[in-house]
Amino acid sequence: MDPTLVTLFIGLIAVLTTATLIGQILGRRAQSTEARATVDNLNARIRAWWLMVAIFAVAFVFGKGITLVLFALTSFYCLREFISLTPTKAGDHSALAFAFYVFLPLQYLLIAIDWQSLFSIAIPVYAFLLLPVLAVLRHDTDDFLARTAKLQWALLLTVYCISHAPALLLLRIPGFENKGVLLLFFLVTVVQASDVLQYIFGKLFGRHKIAPVVSPNKTWEGFVGGGLAATLLGAGLFWITPFTPLQAAGMALAIVLAGFCGGLVLSAVKRSMGAKDWGRMIEGHGGALDRMDSVTYAAPLFFHLVNYYFAV
Amino acid sequence: MIDHILIGLARFLVGGRPEWLGTQPSLRQRIYFANHGSHLDTILLWAAIPTRLRPTTHPVAAADYWGKGRLRRAVALDLLNAVLVDRSGGGPASGQDPLAPLEDTLQSGHSLIIFPEGTRGGEKLPAAFKSGLFRLATRFPQVELVPVYLENMSRAFPRGAFLPVPISCHVRFGTPLFIKAGETKEAFLERAREAIVALAEVN
Repeated sequence: MDPTLVTLFIGLIAVLTTATLIGQILGRRAQSTEARATVDNLNARIRAWWLMVAIFAVAFVFGKGITLVLFALTSFYCLREFISLTPTKAGDHSALAFAFYVFLPLQYLLIAIDWQSLFSIAIPVYAFLLLPVLAVLRHDTDDFLARTAKLQWALLLTVYCISHAPALLLLRIPGFENKGVLLLFFLVTVVQASDVLQYIFGKLFGRHKIAPVVSPNKTWEGFVGGGLAATLLGAGLFWITPFTPLQAAGMALAIVLAGFCGGLVLSAVKRSMGAKDWGRMIEGHGGALDRMDSVTYAAPLFFHLVNYYFAV
Repeated sequence: MIDHILIGLARFLVGGRPEWLGTQPSLRQRIYFANHGSHLDTILLWAAIPTRLRPTTHPVAAADYWGKGRLRRAVALDLLNAVLVDRSGGGPASGQDPLAPLEDTLQSGHSLIIFPEGTRGGEKLPAAFKSGLFRLATRFPQVELVPVYLENMSRAFPRGAFLPVPISCHVRFGTPLFIKAGETKEAFLERAREAIVALAEVN
């Protein structure tokens, strides 16, 4: 494991310990039922964070292979949650089987063997064209366009987009060889910190809702306060990246904005299917996709910004 | 060992953790009756029953599917502890009563898992029930009848599919019911079906 990563994980443990202590103190102080519910949810989220950080640390210790397996599993659970909420029909079965059993593993295999050109087009070109063919062979034209579009969206967001996070390990940056994992750490930390900080700023100062219909918890105060704090955090992490402090702040801001859009769009998708959470996998957080919604937008953007400006 | 592998694989692919809404696992003699849309139904409902109750709980499975081929037969009989029934019926003329093996099982004090529609449908809600459940309920009025709703199994593994796909499934147990004195067959079967429909609407 990179010595820098050891330092970073020690830092994360310190942050989580502080959060756990604050959660305990708030738990003793909470009086009303509403406050209790908020604190219980907060503490459930913190406990889940410990687990997620532990899983992440283990993956990083074991290197690229296990990190890819971890993200492949994350994609798997997100795709499963997406498809479970989407009304599919028996006629979609072969297309679904191909999405799960062929294109998902293939996408991560292409990262493992460093085939970047095919990685970029396997799903947008080949899956895009093949999946409707598999469905059309079942001779069911009811809602064909809508059914096809739903599966395409599901696969693009949960597999193609999320796979851009571990794909950071593919990039060759002069003077930054074999340190792709630090970029991955930067991305995940900024995205998740942005979510958490927006939640905290929203709870503390939130007044004006941004999109009450789509995402009732998002407020302007939370977005601006949390987003700026996450951008500063990203700037403060410049030393683990190939970026200058200003570039790191710019990258973090791009991640924050993309992540915010991802959260909003996926919330609308979820609500259009009549659900509040994607699933119940992670206590306090909802499903895996509730935790990864920001990543679906932030990962491809960050990957391409780094690739364009820094990689050879 | 094999049961753990099978359950582990099923949990990974389709979930299917039990939700005991109207009742809790119990040693009481029961007939679990559920909607039927997939071969996953038998396996996930069996997996939802706690390990200690499995030796005395028998899924009822169609002999024309589960009895065919050595592997399927071994899974049905040795692993799932199934009672095989002949769906072709044969009618009274053949001298074969398809419900006889079920009554023998209940007579011995064990519990059953049955699918009263008799065949796999593809819809969210169950089709009309066949009369077998009424006959069993009348002959064994002390046995608890537990409605079970199986959600999404027919989407994860529909009729005619080669492989199941990963779609989250749920197994919901409702409140046990009993046949009422003087209740007609039609009224009872419809009430039993409604109990499953009500579980389908829980979210």
